[in-house]
Amino acid sequence: MPGSSLQTLFDKVWSAHLVTPETADTPAILYIDLHLVHEVTTPQAFSLLREKGLPVRRPDLTLGTLDHSTPTTPVRTFKDLAVVGESAANQVRQMQDNCREFGVELLGFDSPHRGIVHVIGPELGVTQPGKTIVCGDSHTSTHGAFGALAFGIGTTEVGHVLATQCILQRKPKTLVIEISGRLQPGVTAKDVILATIGQIGVNGGTGHVIEYRGSAISAMDMDGRMTVCNMSIEAGARAGMIAPDDTTFEYLHSRPRAPAGPAWEHALAQWRKLPGHPEATFDKAIQVCGDELQPMVTFGTNPGMVLPVGATVPDANGDASFRKALDYMRIAPGRPLTDTRVDVVFLGSCTNSRLSDLQQAADMLRGRQIAPGVRMLVVPGSQQVKSDAEARGLHEIFKAAGAEWRESGCSMCLGMNGDTVARGQLSVSTSNRNFEGRQGIGSRTVLASPLTAAASAIRGRIADPREYLR
Amino acid sequence: MQPVRVIRSRTVVLPVNDVDTDQIIPARFLTTTSRTGLGQHLFHDWRYRDDGSLNEDFILNSPSARNCRVLVAGRNFGCGSSREHAPWALLDSGLQAVISTEIADIFRSNSLKNGFLPIVVDDATHRWLMENPGAQVEIDVAASSVMLPDGHTVRFSMDAFARYCLVEGIDQLGFLQAHVEAIDRFEANRL
Repeated sequence: MPGSSLQTLFDKVWSAHLVTPETADTPAILYIDLHLVHEVTTPQAFSLLREKGLPVRRPDLTLGTLDHSTPTTPVRTFKDLAVVGESAANQVRQMQDNCREFGVELLGFDSPHRGIVHVIGPELGVTQPGKTIVCGDSHTSTHGAFGALAFGIGTTEVGHVLATQCILQRKPKTLVIEISGRLQPGVTAKDVILATIGQIGVNGGTGHVIEYRGSAISAMDMDGRMTVCNMSIEAGARAGMIAPDDTTFEYLHSRPRAPAGPAWEHALAQWRKLPGHPEATFDKAIQVCGDELQPMVTFGTNPGMVLPVGATVPDANGDASFRKALDYMRIAPGRPLTDTRVDVVFLGSCTNSRLSDLQQAADMLRGRQIAPGVRMLVVPGSQQVKSDAEARGLHEIFKAAGAEWRESGCSMCLGMNGDTVARGQLSVSTSNRNFEGRQGIGSRTVLASPLTAAASAIRGRIADPREYLR
Repeated sequence: MQPVRVIRSRTVVLPVNDVDTDQIIPARFLTTTSRTGLGQHLFHDWRYRDDGSLNEDFILNSPSARNCRVLVAGRNFGCGSSREHAPWALLDSGLQAVISTEIADIFRSNSLKNGFLPIVVDDATHRWLMENPGAQVEIDVAASSVMLPDGHTVRFSMDAFARYCLVEGIDQLGFLQAHVEAIDRFEANRL
């Protein structure tokens, strides 16, 4: 194949971590630089280690947090934890015990660094270009925004990594997605990735690692790039990557756990070698025109069922699954989604809970009120985001507008921690999945950007954020 | 892991595309710290009505689904989260394989590690299976083939290593542990 010796970003990270390469009979053994762990997908893996009498091979490369089944109300005692239910409280306690027993650092309730696993890794500077990063969570793809190869794994694989610091993998195929042009006002990273998933479908990336590039990506800050990579899995791709550049390096510089001093200079020299050769080839290529993108909202029960905010919902045309989705959502074809009544607005999740996400929404909400009857929950992605936002006074803006301001966590993204959307209610959510019941039994989710969420909270109906931009 | 070699069963058909892991097992059941007993939550919000009663219209609740060990589903089965609780719940319910035209990556990987078979067949075979619920099929893992009721055999692709582990009942952790010296060397070379 012409150009096959020229490496992509993915090729470079992949080949640098091969303990043994793949053969026809066996997958590659891939070394993992950073293993992030949380309470939901690890208890059975720790149990396995205990049964087999195995230690964690590299506790120094393993970092734990509590995010999925934790309440977003303050936790000072076990009693505070019990609000999420006995089973969730037990799971959190087991995580605390497991980390203590196996010597894994846990950023728990007493840590100012606790937060959503995909928010804290970058924030602390442990997420770095060129690393291999895994976590028992499909949104691990987020960390690819730094030029890391990062993907979600199951609990059996969590056990593999705890025991051996390695994982068995077949080399995936590569897909390059070029986002050209410049985003218009009111159009954000979330709209870019929603539109991309709409274009390639929820299975468009299956079997592939995506590399995002192009002028719209280069112009994005790291928070935006994380939003894009985060939702790679919603297109079926386990990982999404963006070549590191000065924006990446500037973000990481002086982070608490990023290299410092001479180590920083050394790391920087290595990181600068990571971008792929301009003529390296990919298995598949997709073009997205950034100039033409508009604010996007989903209308169905998967993230590929998405439209520009004012566009008309298409007809099912005999597609039973499509029909089922519209019925569930109680959305009629042939009409736009704008002006659909909203019950709940959720600003949070590993997709959109970082400081710039909160800042954008707060700028729109400043001096305005959310509509009567709408419940808006603002959940910062980490305790650090929370304190940074409070230092800027954003919490006061949210509270003055009528929204609730919470502790960090996954919260309403997946309805397993006490924060849920009630049956039948419609939620405009900055999270990543609009699956049936994702935010609570019978909940109806419309995925959108923080700007669209804030505009919809003000209107009380799904709204085009461009009408509220200042 | 127990070896998985041949599965003979009638099929149960779930004619829905993009069945995500939140449908297979909703997140609120993931607060467990065990990998057993999850079958009671399989497809929970489709299997039960709002009042908690059994939804008899849901295919897996029908008498015809009883003892079926092979699920036939629409394209892109198992998309969404990395929860291994999805194959755990399927297996705990007595299902041993899913046949589709496309299966999501993480779900496939998790399934293979637990002896649940993710099988991708061509469109024509899939269409026939979707239109003929209750068909008796025989899945032969070593041969990577599905035999249809008329004796016609369709091949499916399966990673050679995964197939070997399934047929021999081998735990993949053992394979990794056998390479500990290579891992030691890799770490030493990076310092």
